[in-house]
Amino acid sequence: MKIIAAMSGGVDSAVAAARAVEAGHEVIGVHLALASNPQKYRSGARGCCTIEDSHDARRAADKIGIPFYIWDMAEEFHDGVVENFLAEYAAGRTPNPCLRCNEKIKFAAVLDRAKAMGFDGVVTGHYARTEIGPMGKTLHRAVDPLKDQSYVLAVLTTDQINGAIFPLGDTEKVDIRIEAEARGLAVAQKPDSHDICFVPSGDNAGWLRDRLGSEVGPIVDQSGTKIGEHKGAYTYTIGQRKGLGLTVPTADGSPRFVLKIEPVTNTVVVGAREELAVSKLMGEKTIWCGPSVGSAPLRGFVQVRAHGTPLDCTYYFDGERLIAELDKPLLGIANGQAMVIYDGDRVVGSATICESA
Amino acid sequence: MSVYLDHAATTPIFDVAIDAMEVALRKVGNPSSLHTEGRSTRKDVEDAREVIAKALGCLPSEVIFTGSGTEADNAAIKGLFWKSGKKLIVISAIEHHAVLDPARWLVEHEDAELIEIPVNKSGVIDLTFLKDLISNRGGEIALIAVMHSNNETGVIQPVGEVVKIAGDIPVHTDAVQSFTKVPLSYKELGVTSMALSGHKVGGPHGIGALILRRAYEIPALLHGGGQEREIRSGTLNTPSIVAFAAAVASKKYAAEKVADLRKKFETGLKTSAPDAYINGVDADRLPGIVNVTFPGTQSDSLLLLMDSENVSCSTGAACSAGVHRPSHVLLAMGHTEITAQSSLRFSLGADSTQADVDFALSVLPTVIARGRAANQK
Repeated sequence: MKIIAAMSGGVDSAVAAARAVEAGHEVIGVHLALASNPQKYRSGARGCCTIEDSHDARRAADKIGIPFYIWDMAEEFHDGVVENFLAEYAAGRTPNPCLRCNEKIKFAAVLDRAKAMGFDGVVTGHYARTEIGPMGKTLHRAVDPLKDQSYVLAVLTTDQINGAIFPLGDTEKVDIRIEAEARGLAVAQKPDSHDICFVPSGDNAGWLRDRLGSEVGPIVDQSGTKIGEHKGAYTYTIGQRKGLGLTVPTADGSPRFVLKIEPVTNTVVVGAREELAVSKLMGEKTIWCGPSVGSAPLRGFVQVRAHGTPLDCTYYFDGERLIAELDKPLLGIANGQAMVIYDGDRVVGSATICESA
Repeated sequence: MSVYLDHAATTPIFDVAIDAMEVALRKVGNPSSLHTEGRSTRKDVEDAREVIAKALGCLPSEVIFTGSGTEADNAAIKGLFWKSGKKLIVISAIEHHAVLDPARWLVEHEDAELIEIPVNKSGVIDLTFLKDLISNRGGEIALIAVMHSNNETGVIQPVGEVVKIAGDIPVHTDAVQSFTKVPLSYKELGVTSMALSGHKVGGPHGIGALILRRAYEIPALLHGGGQEREIRSGTLNTPSIVAFAAAVASKKYAAEKVADLRKKFETGLKTSAPDAYINGVDADRLPGIVNVTFPGTQSDSLLLLMDSENVSCSTGAACSAGVHRPSHVLLAMGHTEITAQSSLRFSLGADSTQADVDFALSVLPTVIARGRAANQK
């Protein structure tokens, strides 16, 4: 096949591209320039959009022996990922921008462009597997549970999965580094990127405050009594306990946690730990990564964070919303988080949590 | 078949230049040394200087070798600015970054003011604008810089007219693309300074020249041994200097032949890409450069697809990250950001053939169709 290798400048995408070449594909390396002004993002050279990263990607492509280009996706990234991230926080929800990037950029803008240009698909360094069986090509967890990225890929439709190649899903990260070393790739020991790539300082709250303002508002308990003040409601997360600066202690001295963020009134609601517990998750904007699910309840797992624990649940689709009923209650769920349903290690689909009970 | 149509970026070094360079590389002697070996390499350098001076219509003493065309531009812009004691810099809106960026640097760091001379739709500077500017603020102008021909469109600029209008104001011209391609006489043009580059004319990389009026002293960028008339220090790069001169002396570039091929390419475009249009089509242009807008496409997609078909061309300007940005040259000519980013530069060289042109034209329809489809996504 003729494929585009999305190369971030990190070790994973470099090895993925090399493996795709070895598998006999005709591969062209592409680095996505996602920052409209890469200089701004240079400090620390982490994330996936600095000039140093594009240089690393180019050198990896040279080593592998494939052509290399840079695609400017800064506008698409800004509109589809950064703006969405801000809008979600402004609405009091907690988004995951990596999912949005996979959904809107890597397997949409890039894959569509690649196909139009005569390529068959896109290869990335994501840790996930695909299998071809009676259900067609399906998305599965990687063998390395610590690196598994199927969660952030659960926004891919079957069409997108058909155009995606994940060569690293069968290998543990530690072995990928050894392989990169053996292949002579200079990025073999390059540190993993962590934080959100467009917040290079790692200070998400500060970044949000700079953009959304830091209007002071009340922190109230569940009865509505004001017990403190906050500096920008969206810089808090559901389940947060530290840094609330509350001056009025509870009667029994027990700690209080953020239960709810109300952007319209700029209010943060706090309460006891038990109040955080939910046993039913409801999600909108459902995406099926394989055959769709109906209203008949099925048993499986739901995961609500990128590296969260898979939780036993019963799930179904009521025609509008994806519902997961948890076997055991879960603490600290925020609207905006993605709920991803698994059938064993197969990704069934995902939805954006809009309500929990 | 593989076709190289990016000669304006760099063109293959001529065999005579390689031969001259090899001889020089095998020779010992610093041209500044006083002994036999030193004198021998000094002779090689001075012979080369005379060759370039003769080709350019200047005095040998007016040729100052530099490490690149960019260095020559920087030395001229900053040197003329500092010498003048004035603050106003006037450049054309379509200058190469080697002129544009030092001018902007002077604005940021030396309190300079920068005024750009606009161009018309064909990419030619507006002389009336310049006349008006000079009659209003002539006394404040430190220097005027107008390139001899534009590197993206090939459009030749009326530098002789600029010099006449400028009067006593120093004029610099970047003639990197014009040298050996079109008639170019330093003396007749009457500019104060001029920038040249070796690798655009069949010489090696890493050698350029600043042509500066005799006995005209400007502050130096590089201080040291004072080798090049105290304006440029650094051990002379003899092998590159003699190779540069050998390429110039060869007169291998047959302008008429190249222009003829370019015209055939332009005619072929009408069939291969009927809605494409040539930027600066009505202007006097260099023999080898054609800049084409392909509506509804993005040039970085087109470049990738052309490259996959083994045809090398260019999108014009690229920033340090390699991200394609709309060309300031095309924007100055009235393009929108979108149409500016739908443009490719094809540039022919001394060795280009009819087969090259035919092959490039043959792959264009598929490339454009795919590029257009990719752009609609």
